[in-house]
Amino acid sequence: MNPVMNKVSFTVNGAARTLEVDTRTTLLDALREHLRLTGTKKGCDHGQCGACTVIVDGRRVNSCLTLAVMHEGGSVTTVEGLGMPDKLHPMQAAFVKHDGYQCGYCTPGQICSAVAVLEEIKAGIPSHVTASLADAPRATNAEMRERMSGNICRCGAYSNILDAMAEVAGQRTAGQQNGKDPA
Amino acid sequence: MKFDTPAGTNPIDQLKVVGKATDRIDGPLKTTGTAPYAYERHGVVANQAYGFILGAGIAKGRITALDAAAARAVPGVIAVVTAENAGKLGKGKWNTAALLGGPEIQHYHQAVALVVAETFEQARDAAGLIRVAYQAENGAYDLAAARDGATVAKDEPDSAIGDFAGAFAAAPVRLDATYTTPDQGHAMMEPHATIAAWNGDKLTLWTSNQMINWGVKDVAQTLGMPEENIRLISPYIGGGFGGKLFVRSDALMAALGAKAAGRPVKVALTRPLMFNNTTHRPATIQRIRIGATRDGRITAIGHESWSGDLPGGKPETAVQQTRLLYAGANRLTAMRLAVLDLPEGNAMRAPGEAPGLMALEVAMDEMAEKLGMDPIQFRILNDTQEDPEKPGRPFSQRQLIACLQQGAQRFGWAKRNPKPASVREGRWLVGMGVAAGFRNNLVTKSAARVRLDGQGMVTVETDMTDIGTGTYTIIAQTAAETMGVPLDKVAVRLGDSGFPVSCGSGGQWGANNSTAGVYAACMKLRQAVARKLGFNAAEPRFADGQVSSGGHTVPLGQAARDGELVAEDMIEYGDLDKKYQQSTFAGHFVEVAVDVATGEVRLRRMLAVCAAGRILNPKSARSQVIGAMTMGAGAALMEELAVDKRRGFFVNHDLAGYEVPVHADIPHQEVVFLDEVDPISSPMKAKGVGELGICGVGAAVANAIYNATGVRVRDYPITLDKILDHLPDIA
Amino acid sequence: MRPFTYERATSPADAVAKAASIPGARFIAGGTNLLDLMKLQIETPAHLIDVNGLGLDRIEDTAEGGLRIGALVRNTDLAADMRVRRHYGVLSRALVAGASGQLRNVATTAGNLLQRTRCPYFYDPNQPCNKRQPGSGCSAIGGVTRQLGVVGISDACIATHPSDMAVAMRVLDATVETVRPGGATRAIPIADLHRLPGDTPHVETTLERGELITAVTLPKPVGGAQLYHKVRDRASYAFALVSVAAIVQPDGPNGIAWGRVALGGVAPKPWRVEAAEAHMRQGAKDVTAVLLADARATADNRFKVKLAERTLAAVLIEARG
Repeated sequence: MNPVMNKVSFTVNGAARTLEVDTRTTLLDALREHLRLTGTKKGCDHGQCGACTVIVDGRRVNSCLTLAVMHEGGSVTTVEGLGMPDKLHPMQAAFVKHDGYQCGYCTPGQICSAVAVLEEIKAGIPSHVTASLADAPRATNAEMRERMSGNICRCGAYSNILDAMAEVAGQRTAGQQNGKDPA
Repeated sequence: MKFDTPAGTNPIDQLKVVGKATDRIDGPLKTTGTAPYAYERHGVVANQAYGFILGAGIAKGRITALDAAAARAVPGVIAVVTAENAGKLGKGKWNTAALLGGPEIQHYHQAVALVVAETFEQARDAAGLIRVAYQAENGAYDLAAARDGATVAKDEPDSAIGDFAGAFAAAPVRLDATYTTPDQGHAMMEPHATIAAWNGDKLTLWTSNQMINWGVKDVAQTLGMPEENIRLISPYIGGGFGGKLFVRSDALMAALGAKAAGRPVKVALTRPLMFNNTTHRPATIQRIRIGATRDGRITAIGHESWSGDLPGGKPETAVQQTRLLYAGANRLTAMRLAVLDLPEGNAMRAPGEAPGLMALEVAMDEMAEKLGMDPIQFRILNDTQEDPEKPGRPFSQRQLIACLQQGAQRFGWAKRNPKPASVREGRWLVGMGVAAGFRNNLVTKSAARVRLDGQGMVTVETDMTDIGTGTYTIIAQTAAETMGVPLDKVAVRLGDSGFPVSCGSGGQWGANNSTAGVYAACMKLRQAVARKLGFNAAEPRFADGQVSSGGHTVPLGQAARDGELVAEDMIEYGDLDKKYQQSTFAGHFVEVAVDVATGEVRLRRMLAVCAAGRILNPKSARSQVIGAMTMGAGAALMEELAVDKRRGFFVNHDLAGYEVPVHADIPHQEVVFLDEVDPISSPMKAKGVGELGICGVGAAVANAIYNATGVRVRDYPITLDKILDHLPDIA
Repeated sequence: MRPFTYERATSPADAVAKAASIPGARFIAGGTNLLDLMKLQIETPAHLIDVNGLGLDRIEDTAEGGLRIGALVRNTDLAADMRVRRHYGVLSRALVAGASGQLRNVATTAGNLLQRTRCPYFYDPNQPCNKRQPGSGCSAIGGVTRQLGVVGISDACIATHPSDMAVAMRVLDATVETVRPGGATRAIPIADLHRLPGDTPHVETTLERGELITAVTLPKPVGGAQLYHKVRDRASYAFALVSVAAIVQPDGPNGIAWGRVALGGVAPKPWRVEAAEAHMRQGAKDVTAVLLADARATADNRFKVKLAERTLAAVLIEARG
């Protein structure tokens, strides 16, 4: 059977893009293979690692588990849209400063997620560790850890990623404060 | 440069750049997604087609028929490569099983076909339409069942000192315990991936590989072609942990696919294929016996380990550290290897020590308890400053006691209640655990080329790889220090077989050896600079981008005013590693909280105090240690490739099934590096640190769980089902 | 993934009409489970009907004092809705215990209910699986079963339903509203939505071909302490070994006036046995004795029985305050 080709238009990092894609093409592959925006990574292609995280219409999503054709008129922000080497986004700069990465492969997804997580907390969206559903969550380490848990870093940079996020969140935290989460 | 006498004072000792916590020079690329990984090299060669690998559906047997007609009929399909049409293939030195199976199948998900198509979607679709008929054969998949038939592995004889059996029998305090560790997966975030392109009989592979030169040799051997016709390029590697030490099926199949298609082909392993198609850390069964005097001196220490692998494979060397870590006059180690038809076992971060210490350091905890001693005291009492198998052969540096004592101080070990299951905070049972960390420092030759241009820019070229280790940065620091230039005047180019052959990344040998090789090349460049500038007298001084000698100071770039200066050299080692035992040490401290109702374990604090020679970049070295601690926490608490013992495969072969730690599992981690320079190791006076962090940490977790709950689990991972039956009633 | 045609439906009626008329048609909303399975050729729709534009993404008060949750309300939005947080806390808690932030941003209410099992043998097309290929056998039985079901299972299938949300909806007595291809609507008590496997494990729900879930309604709030306790091997982003959804009115003898409980991670559907709830005052042991009376565990998953009991015990302690 011949592939079914559909046209889809959306904006990526502020620029209007129109693609003629196989209906089977995921948003991730549209970005990486068609638009050659390879900052967004394919780690598992099954929603199990978070490396493909991008921000679609203001929300972080796994771009591997959504079809490109489903995003007609949508707005996509990838890591390249957050900042580039000569002009880093504050989160990117904080990752560099706190060594919040090692091999670098999960990093774009971590950064897109980190940026979105701080917005989610600001928007009052509860998480698994939010103590009271009646209260607005705060950007505590426990909150950030829980919300970032959809982004696996096998190199194990978690502790440093937290430091980077805490800096951007405006909450300089000490190690001692981090230590007592499960109690 | 031959390194055969302990290092004296040298330019690295200036420590203007080396030894300073330094942001990674590749940071802006990695944090913006602009560092190109293997599968992403759209620009390197035109007209790339997509390859998709089909893995075998059985663990052992033969293909009786492979029908690719439906796949070939899929629009866009260019070629289907199988063993039938691939031509004669060899097997690389570092591979145990063939990378392309058929007709014989050696393990589950062994590659049996590659579909090449115009698009990824077409190739994936077509691969799913290939019908393979198998004649399955019975295989051996259960290590415990195969244990009795295991034999001594080639090149891995038993070690015996004194009279272990007699001394153990006579010891007033004895421990005889058996521990198991499961198969584990590297689960690096970047799947194995390669773009292959042929130009006549020359092959270029843009791939993801830790050991470029091993890769070239094994591709040559597998494809039966001269090494000089093969180029491997691997500047960015999305994690390896040993899983990318070797050429895997992505590289071979991309090369075969590109040949069949007559155009470049790119192939990535899918995540569900990776766990059974590639290598893993083999499971072990370990029996440890320790005998001691009543006052805690070890008189007998024995460690035996059983593991399995495919025919021709190797054992997991889990007894390694036990030969060196503690004193004791009577000693025994032995490894037995069973033939298993599971996927290929091989190196994963700290092979040997990682699973070995998961057992030994729990045994030490158990023994300390039997003796009524503090576990730190027990370890200190049995410290040794010389190789216990070769009295008179000293450790080049051994600060294990300081690691443990400083760690105890920082961690508040004195507050630990030695009586298990006695600290309760609400629903949490709280406990602390300690373990020693130990990993050898391996020296191996490593070469580099250094170029100097007229602007004073220094460019380093070596086939060394950076797998997240921070290698770009420490190499830049080394060159900057040696050439007396700021960091931003150094460019580093890695991971290309066109560059001088380095030590590569593995066994935590990368940092010390590769920078020593760069140092050697830079020292040669300094000579060339001095010659060019006519500084024949005393050794000129290289600092601040300038060269000074005999009252003259000129900009470094001046030496290249007539054209680039190039120097190439390698570090080679004499027998210092024979005269001295070179090892790295750590004290791992962990506090856990265990849910009294469910047995869920949560890590609260982790501390590692490390002694590992000179720390070249404390920032990235610390990252190496926390990352290894994280992987060790996974090994302790959740990681297990679950074996279907009937069908012979790892069942949980994706990242939903094979759980590795997530953010929420890992608390703040503290790392302390003791001041140490090791002039025996290399001119850098550094040692490895990338694996030390995983060595022992799992046992520290296990010991903390015991302290929290009173439940001693000897079978990893320590999941709640192994604790649950022993927890107190709650309602 | 097999090739498929794709179109966006314009209304629920349009969607179901298309689903009924086009062979091999499937609805797609969030797609987080469907696409996952399509990549493995476990799901092979010939046509996808994108229902995201149908406007079923609102949460409205009902005349009965409850809530009507549109089928397309994303898990994140449902968990964050103040009415849900205030009156149906167990649902909010269950939602945020599931998946990851990224997935919750996309996954829908209806899709969450209809997600398929995570049994690793179902996910591996090389292995026999009655759910994937009826009549081929169950390779999980006798295999690696630690994550699999202990109750409600059959000789044909021992898979569990992976949803957290559905477990909370079960204790909330939710109702699933649908529209059928002819345009008729119906309301299905959530207890009746999922089928036990029996000898037809591939038939997972009582929905008809082409039937579209349009909403889930919750009855008016019942109050009480509403808790969802999910137990898993890692601290987040993992499927439940066992989860407990409970609503407990913490008054009366032994601190409990009445209670409801449902379990996740143990059965092919959210597992609730109303008769067990009469024993809430007696404690977790008595409740789980009834809830899991028919448990048929393996050596690898037997722990789930005890884990369920102890988790419920912890929940009851917490509910009493």
